[in-house]
Amino acid sequence: MNVTQLSIFLENKPGHLQNALKVLSDKKINILTLTIAEAADFGIVRMIVTDAAGAAAALRDQHFTCSTTDVLAIEIEDVPGALLKALESFRKQNLNIEYMYAFTEKRGGRAVMIFRFDDIELAKKALQTEGYNILKKIDIIGA
Amino acid sequence: MFNKEFEAMPLPKMRELQRERLKWSLTHAYANVPHYKKSFDAAGFNPDTFKTLDDLRRVPFLTKQDMRASYPFGLFAVPLDKVARVHSSSGTTGNATVVGYTTGDVGVFAEVVARCLAMYGATEKDVIQVAYGYGLFTGGLGLHYGSEKLGALTVPIGGGNTERQLMLIKDFGTTMIACTPSYALNIADYLEKKRPDYDIRKTKLRAGIFGAEPWSEQMRREIESRLGIEAYDIYGLSEVIGPGVSGECSQKSGLHVFEDHFYVEIIDPDTGEVLPEGSKGEIVYTSLTKEACPVIRYRSRDITRLYYDGCACGRTLVKMEKVTGRSDDMLIIRGVNVFPSQIESVLMETEGVEPHYQIIVDRKGALDDIEVKVEVTEKIFSDELKVLEALSRRIADRFRSVLGISAKVTLVEPLAIPRSEGKAVRVIDKRTI
Ligand SMILES: [Zn+2]
Repeated sequence: MNVTQLSIFLENKPGHLQNALKVLSDKKINILTLTIAEAADFGIVRMIVTDAAGAAAALRDQHFTCSTTDVLAIEIEDVPGALLKALESFRKQNLNIEYMYAFTEKRGGRAVMIFRFDDIELAKKALQTEGYNILKKIDIIGA
Repeated sequence: MFNKEFEAMPLPKMRELQRERLKWSLTHAYANVPHYKKSFDAAGFNPDTFKTLDDLRRVPFLTKQDMRASYPFGLFAVPLDKVARVHSSSGTTGNATVVGYTTGDVGVFAEVVARCLAMYGATEKDVIQVAYGYGLFTGGLGLHYGSEKLGALTVPIGGGNTERQLMLIKDFGTTMIACTPSYALNIADYLEKKRPDYDIRKTKLRAGIFGAEPWSEQMRREIESRLGIEAYDIYGLSEVIGPGVSGECSQKSGLHVFEDHFYVEIIDPDTGEVLPEGSKGEIVYTSLTKEACPVIRYRSRDITRLYYDGCACGRTLVKMEKVTGRSDDMLIIRGVNVFPSQIESVLMETEGVEPHYQIIVDRKGALDDIEVKVEVTEKIFSDELKVLEALSRRIADRFRSVLGISAKVTLVEPLAIPRSEGKAVRVIDKRTI
């Protein structure tokens, strides 16, 4: 099972991120991790939240442009060189990473990384061949 | 046809009627409005010497500035006790223009709007929802009186409150809605976002009467496909009478001008010379029957051309090309003439881009700087930066090839561009020259 990522379009202006976060806070939606991709005038906020569909609906209601995308959450060893090794094995499998970011919290001493591949199903198969543990939604978000 | 006698009048007869009425209008203006007395005298023109239609070329123009300078009632040709109604443009202090109507003028106004509605196929069986603003703006009352004159069921809802508009469309069986084209797109947006359950195609709504701001053919296609209606143009200026100066017939190939009430000329906006038939230029209006506020050679600033080659609908009235640009909307950016309508066309050609845009012109040092703000909707949004960056690059490339200028394209959040229930503010020119 894939993890659903919430992406929000925001202008690079003071207060805009706060406005979006307020919508989530009002709906009691918790943010597990967040990253921002920035262009000159705008940014895309990507986050893993406890209720992506509910968050998207609430944001749309407040006229935010947002989307939900499937991403893969992968467990990686928390040791020097582990990410490098992972990227090398992805390359071996010809997987194209659009972007990636990390979870702040660890899981049993292992790091969790979020990967957005251009072809998620292909990536899943390849990663299982390489022996990576793909986390389920429930592993991350909780029951 | 609502009034076949005039709408299908043989041309020689129409020209003779215009000549007679023009003579009356010139004489009336000269005798009763100090501004015209002064300007005609300064140009050495006396209405007594007016013999043929071409003699009008000797008459000086009336400009928007002249009208502002005459605020509020300086151009009235009748005493105030003969004036039944006023309308005013939305200008701020020093920029507002006021026009007056006698009872007779109100009747003409209703007549020309009724003729437009009949051109769009409306009859007394129709239910016409007037979603223009009511008030000093000519849109609401203009369409209202025209619809009543036609005998249609007139719903005076006024602008805004989209939820209520939709409710009445359903409950009253509205067949036609009159509003600005940008408000029509607002309704389409609203349906998509808030009311996916409301199927506008299942209502009786079949046509829209759109005016008060220039709109393009692309915008027509967009409105027609999203609302499932026929979109017709109604054109007018409050200075001349309001909406109903001209309107589209079923051919949608130009707007018939009601020549028995308005005389039109096309001039070169720079020299003021009348251009040969078929040329594109600024359209100039002279009222033929207006009593309270005659306008003589009013410089509209609207750029169009006239077609005298007849029409399949049977009307003999001259047709004007859909106005998509105004000579005072025209932006000169680094020496290049740019009309906001061209920018709109480029955006509409880009898949998924909605026509909610704003053009900001500024001067950085000695160079003009143009920025086009485009709202990012879910149709064009992506979680990948490169997709959005490619989109703004693609739009900028199109600007360069279509307009010959480079523009900065800025992607902005939904509703970042102020919406209006009336006219949309498309251009902000910050240059101080
Ligand atoms: Zn026609």
